[in-house]
Amino acid sequence: MMNTSIMLLILLGVPLVCAAVLAFMGDRKFAPEMNIFCSAATFAAGSGLALEVYLQGPMLAGGKFFFVDAFNVYLAVLTSFVSMTTAIFSRRYMRREREHGRVGHIRMRFYHAMFQLFIFAMLLCLLTNNVGVLWIAMELATLSTVLLVSLYRTPRAIEAAWKYFILCGVGIAQALFGTVLLYFAAEKVLGEGGDALLWTNLSRVSGQLEPTVLSLAFVFLMVGYGTKVGLVPLHNWLPDAHSEGPTPISAVLSGLLLNIALYALVRCKVLVDGSTRTHHAGDIMMGFGILSILVAAFSLLRQKDIKRMFSYSSIEHMGIATFAFGLGGPLATFGALLHMLVHSLAKSAIFFTVGHASQMHRTQEMDKIKGLFKGNPLVGWGLMFGVLAIVGMPPFGIFTSEFLILTATIKDAPLWTPLLLLGLAVAFAALLRMVQPMVSGEIPPNQKPMTAAHVPVMLHMALVLMIGLYIPDFLNQWFHTAVELLK
Amino acid sequence: MNLNPYIIELLQVLTLLGLAPAFVGWVRMVKCWAQGRTSAGLFQPYRDLAKLFSKEVLLAENASWIFRFTPYLVFSTAVLAGGIIPILSLDLPLASTADVIVIVALFAIARFFTALAGMDIGTAFGGMGSSREMMIASLAEPAMLMAIFTVSLANRSTSLSEIIQVIYSGQSVLRPSLAFAFLAFILIALAETGRVPVDNPATHLELTMIHEAMILEYSGRHLALIEWAGMMKLFLFVILGIAAFAPWGIAAKGSLLGIPEALVYMVLKLGAVGIGIVLIETGLAKMRLFRLTEFLGAAFLLATLGMLSFFILD
Amino acid sequence: MDLITAAHVNSFLAALVLLTAFGMLVQRRIYGLINLFAWQGLFLSLNTAIVGYVAGKHHLYISSLLTLSLKVFLLPYILHVLIHRLKIRKEVETIVNIPMTMLIGIALVIFSYHLTAPVRELSAMITRSTLAIALATVMIGLLMMITRRHAVTQIIGFLALENGLFFAATSATYGMPLVVELGVALDVLIAAFIFGIFFFHIHTTFDSLDVDQMARLKEED
Repeated sequence: MMNTSIMLLILLGVPLVCAAVLAFMGDRKFAPEMNIFCSAATFAAGSGLALEVYLQGPMLAGGKFFFVDAFNVYLAVLTSFVSMTTAIFSRRYMRREREHGRVGHIRMRFYHAMFQLFIFAMLLCLLTNNVGVLWIAMELATLSTVLLVSLYRTPRAIEAAWKYFILCGVGIAQALFGTVLLYFAAEKVLGEGGDALLWTNLSRVSGQLEPTVLSLAFVFLMVGYGTKVGLVPLHNWLPDAHSEGPTPISAVLSGLLLNIALYALVRCKVLVDGSTRTHHAGDIMMGFGILSILVAAFSLLRQKDIKRMFSYSSIEHMGIATFAFGLGGPLATFGALLHMLVHSLAKSAIFFTVGHASQMHRTQEMDKIKGLFKGNPLVGWGLMFGVLAIVGMPPFGIFTSEFLILTATIKDAPLWTPLLLLGLAVAFAALLRMVQPMVSGEIPPNQKPMTAAHVPVMLHMALVLMIGLYIPDFLNQWFHTAVELLK
Repeated sequence: MNLNPYIIELLQVLTLLGLAPAFVGWVRMVKCWAQGRTSAGLFQPYRDLAKLFSKEVLLAENASWIFRFTPYLVFSTAVLAGGIIPILSLDLPLASTADVIVIVALFAIARFFTALAGMDIGTAFGGMGSSREMMIASLAEPAMLMAIFTVSLANRSTSLSEIIQVIYSGQSVLRPSLAFAFLAFILIALAETGRVPVDNPATHLELTMIHEAMILEYSGRHLALIEWAGMMKLFLFVILGIAAFAPWGIAAKGSLLGIPEALVYMVLKLGAVGIGIVLIETGLAKMRLFRLTEFLGAAFLLATLGMLSFFILD
Repeated sequence: MDLITAAHVNSFLAALVLLTAFGMLVQRRIYGLINLFAWQGLFLSLNTAIVGYVAGKHHLYISSLLTLSLKVFLLPYILHVLIHRLKIRKEVETIVNIPMTMLIGIALVIFSYHLTAPVRELSAMITRSTLAIALATVMIGLLMMITRRHAVTQIIGFLALENGLFFAATSATYGMPLVVELGVALDVLIAAFIFGIFFFHIHTTFDSLDVDQMARLKEED
């Protein structure tokens, strides 16, 4: 128990303290290294916590304020891991941006501080036991990234950030209303006070909660957190916000924040299912999921901006995970959990290579990016393999997760299968068609050579490949426990 | 000892006829004071009416019967409305035959004929005034009805006498629905009686006038009747507002003591309302015609909110 | 103050909150808008305090004070300062079709009433009927953000929406647990600083706070 509290303290304290320190020293020479170091410490604490949970099972800490189980601890490890590799990537990337004169001293400080604050917000979101605090942390995660999206102060970046701020602010406000309704139902069973919002208490008594109120609450929660997940038709902000900010931020937004929002949604769905004992919440999620897959897949075809295209790909994959969670059942839930993991790894790796590619060409327009294989093999092959992974080619991990989800769909909801397949096929064709001209061909005159940050890309791709070939035993066990929890 | 209801009825109509010009005089007087001018006194409207009655009637060549008939109709609808709205007592023989919706209809008839008469001669101003008047009417009347429905719902009757009895029994204190309806009523009353943000009763400026444009061709006793009816309309709207929202003082039964007491209360309230009107008129500028849709839209909105909050909050 | 009077005062304040929400929906002048927003905050704060007093929930006093200091004084003050600094005082917004906006607003009130019906039936609190008003305030804030094309007015719409949420918490459950209320207030405060910074950025980049200028990011065909 003691250990857990200390781990949690490190896990949440380090990013927070680091954010405060970097707010004053974020422009020093050692700042990127410090950023990496802090993220690594966070990752270490996260792994320690995961080990603890693995050995002892789910536990409460900090006077019931925190709660760790298989579901959130794996996401916490993932979050701290990807933020660590992103910190490594951003060292080289941001130095380059600074040389290009796109960011100055103050903005570097701001960037580093907000990066750490963002990680803190996400981890708080995952680990808190209080549904109200979950909402607060989600809003904090949004707010901390808004000004990062507008970091370059170009008209496009400011427009994207404004859209992000307004649409997510409005969306997430709906989730707060849903939380109020949840509290209203819980208060009747659990009595008033902070205890009635603790997720552990809520899930214990979910059968006694008033179904009509919870159904109503779920609609609001779905709209609210669904906006943050980027589900169609609430996705308008996402391609803009993900494409106009600095690439490390795009990587964590696409790779992590969407996961966190989906996590919040799934936690709420468990409560609603327990209360209503119907599949309505699942049906709603399946509908949103399929719509996201289809709309995003077809939007992929018309993209010109490389980061924008991959943002749409994120919408598609979040759609797949949402659909699978909505479908329910052990197989689909397992697939969804796996999908969140591998998508996060693959998508952030892709954004790393995309960031380098656009720095080499000084543009994000796909027409002007050519000859990556020859210009920088790491970036070229990294992008190629990343895309092969993300479209679901074997032997990468996404193939496994999509295969599981597809199998479950054929078994439990065969009517949805054609739609799902159509979306996957269109996305497959679109992404490969777009990426192929960028990687092959001769080096264009506008390309400048540069050294890429190879560790993060290779690490991520290796993990995705490994998960595709063989799921480690502990991961398997985790997922099974999580599936049990979400039943 | 109670007075015969028919005597009370008669007393009410006489009060209306007699006090309406005085009320207009009072408003003008306060306005003069507020603007630092010397007023013509409380009785100037009587003198105006007397002067108009003594003048001969000049009719346009092409004036039809509508033009000649309208002044009498407008005047008699005002008098009839005065017999229905409880001014002094609730015990009115006419009140049981007609409710508050009928009052709206009476005003609508008067308005309709005034608009027809405005167009009858065929001058440009008359037509313009009529069209503007009808535009205001089309927006104000739904709002008016909405406000009345809200009051009726809240007091469970459309008859003014019964509404007042419910209010007397003390069941409606601080009700949001009534407050909304009241605000809506003020806006509508300003529009219906042609007061400042909507129309300016003191101007004959061709671009802004509405009511004055319609009656531009009238003269002599016709004009006197219409002017008098206009004064009564203002008076009646104030009385209607008092009856529906603050009826305290109106006698429940027409006793010998109750009637004078009611009269005193009424005069005091009228005096206060007059000052209120002056405050509004000196505080606000007249709106552009196209902003009127918004003004009356707001009235409709308030009335609807009143009705909704009756269902939601009461 | 006995329960019945409190319920009356409570619903009266709720009506005033709704009225200010509609006022904001149609107000053209920016200063008028900010003042209306401050009034709404005041009604909300009073309402919270009264509910806290009647229900004996003393943490509601804190939430009432938070609302008072944040929404009635601090945020309007910040907005005033920003408007003064950015010299946008004179800008009067053109809003399309006010009567239509009003009608949509009324429809939203009815919609909220129906949506909250199950909650109203289950609740025994004196504030239960105001939940519909709270949701309507949220919806009207949303509508305001959609119909307005000015950055400042969009933000005020957002804050009004937040007001509605506070109100919902008070009327459905006598307030959320204190830690949540404090957290939400903190988020609002951070959001206030962020939009303050934003106004400067938008103003320097686009030379105006008109959001219509921001239309570069669209799907190209």
